[in-house]
Amino acid sequence: MTSPGKRRKQDNIWWSLLWIAPAVILLLIFFIYPLVMTIVFSFQNADSTRFVGLKNYQVIFTDPGMLEVLKNNLLWLILGTILTVGLGLVIAVMIDRVKIESIIKSALFVPMAISFVCAGVIWRLVYLYNPPGQPQSGLFNAILTFFNIPTQVWLINPMFNNFALILVYTWMWTGFCMVIISGALKNIPDDIIEAAKIDGANRFTLFWYIIVPMVRPTIAVVATTMIINILKIFDVVYVMTGGNYHTNVVGMEFYNQLFNFQNYGLASALAILLFLAITPIMYVNIRRMRAEEVTR
Amino acid sequence: MARVQFEHVYKRFNKTEVVHDINLDIKDKEFLVLVGPSGCGKSTCLRMVAGLEEVSEGAIYIGDRPVNDVAPQERDIAMVFQNYALYPHMTVFDNMAFSLKLHHTPGHEIKKRVEQVAEMLGLEPFLKRKPKALSGGQRQRVALGRAIVREPQVFLMDEPLSNLDAKLRVETRANIIRLYQRLQTTIIYVTHDQTEAMTMGTRIAVLNGGIIQQIGTPQELYDHPSNLFVAGFIGSPAMNFLDEAKVVSDEHGTSIMIEGMGYIKIPSLYVEQAKAATGKQLTFGIRPEHLEDATLLPSDAQSGSTLAASVDVVEYLGSELLVYLNIAGKTMQARLDPRSDAHAGGQLTLYVNTAHIHLFETETGKAIF
Repeated sequence: MTSPGKRRKQDNIWWSLLWIAPAVILLLIFFIYPLVMTIVFSFQNADSTRFVGLKNYQVIFTDPGMLEVLKNNLLWLILGTILTVGLGLVIAVMIDRVKIESIIKSALFVPMAISFVCAGVIWRLVYLYNPPGQPQSGLFNAILTFFNIPTQVWLINPMFNNFALILVYTWMWTGFCMVIISGALKNIPDDIIEAAKIDGANRFTLFWYIIVPMVRPTIAVVATTMIINILKIFDVVYVMTGGNYHTNVVGMEFYNQLFNFQNYGLASALAILLFLAITPIMYVNIRRMRAEEVTR
Repeated sequence: MARVQFEHVYKRFNKTEVVHDINLDIKDKEFLVLVGPSGCGKSTCLRMVAGLEEVSEGAIYIGDRPVNDVAPQERDIAMVFQNYALYPHMTVFDNMAFSLKLHHTPGHEIKKRVEQVAEMLGLEPFLKRKPKALSGGQRQRVALGRAIVREPQVFLMDEPLSNLDAKLRVETRANIIRLYQRLQTTIIYVTHDQTEAMTMGTRIAVLNGGIIQQIGTPQELYDHPSNLFVAGFIGSPAMNFLDEAKVVSDEHGTSIMIEGMGYIKIPSLYVEQAKAATGKQLTFGIRPEHLEDATLLPSDAQSGSTLAASVDVVEYLGSELLVYLNIAGKTMQARLDPRSDAHAGGQLTLYVNTAHIHLFETETGKAIF
């Protein structure tokens, strides 16, 4: 015979299993199963009829086209993160406790409400290039023409086009970074800023030694969010260049392999690579968020 | 080391004037306390010296230099904040060293000075800790240390003790006095607590409603308050006031007649001033410690001025009796010798020590003596 205490404990276990069952089942069907299948596909050939070992991964790390994809993604990762987080931080500090703060914030946040596709269309107009002899209706080229500087084919010239795309992303996400960091700035007590001023801090030293360290946890959360976003970047590239003219990125190439070339093996390998790259950052991000909740 | 002067200083926030025409000359090496109830403008005055608030009108000088347009970082002052305002991401050492680093003091010099001050304040064991890992009292000492390390011309302290518990507050109060004696620097100290003001200040400026009510040594404020506000604010328990008093002169001399209570004889020293106030509505003031149970005094003293009172509550404090009295419908407090047999519900004849009586104009609050 089981004692009542033991019995109750067993009941508890059954109850808890019952409560988490829906989540576990959904997770299995919609996350674990596809993940396992993707891993399996990534070791198979284009139409998933034969195992090819690590061949797909080998292609990714040796094929010149693929290496360019990785290189572009790395450029995106570094520049995109630095620009969005850096600008977000600098703007947040500059407009903090300024009268028109909320107006500027709203203005910078608006792009967030626009879909990537719409943003792509807007920025195609900004980058628009017309052949010589015709008026330049694209914003950038119109400005260049005004100052008598030779016009550029922004989205095709491989010297600029990756930067042009990253700029679009920056335009969309700086507002988000700024608003989150601005919230953290509001949590810095006034008297700490005042104490630092009396201690002799000027604007720069105040920013660097007091403000940045005090919002560092928030910056880390925002930065990891940006990194994850950028690793998966697809829409901007798809709408504006379609990955042509040396602007291809992993997300774009994954789409090409899957829908244009029907190469399930290579597409799955790319997806797994992205997954592997994102997981540790996601882990850090979640831990940071928890840590921040604790300090609040 | 420097003198700090306020010259006709006004402060307005939008249209609200919170500080009116402050004139104050704080001498070199003086410990000046700005005291007053909350919202009286004392912190605003301090923050104007620090440069954290702009001066709307008038001028502030630190060591003969006008500082109205000088940024806080260039004023050579140090400030201790009510909430300490320690940098949470820095260790105690770095908190104290921060300003020296910003002023490009060489590393070994920083180390020497921080360690010296840490020793002075008993902070050596905590130098590597972050503020989060310190108790309130320790944080408070770090805040003091951060100010001392800089060797500034002027120390500004904004209610530095108000976040400490009662015991620690008394301890720290003594520590700050010791530090002041050792450092010999000008200190401007803001508090709402008259006990702190009385115990610490070499001079006290009492503020109310953005106006300086009186400036003087603790003794001057206690003995000769210049108006009803100062008289009621300084001293604990507070001074008793009885309005509806009048000056009357007859063949026995000049005395104060309090409606329904009796006569208080005016000492000869004050007779002239009192006579000048004849006919005015007056308020009579006497501190609780200047009342005594008449039965405990030699019989010839009993012939002086007395008041008959009924006793409401008696608090026995060991060294004294704190008695709440009712005199003709007015409540008063008296600190009596513990030998007094005053008891709740009983009657008591109070002897008034007329050497310490005060008289004010009821309408303006101004002191007559």
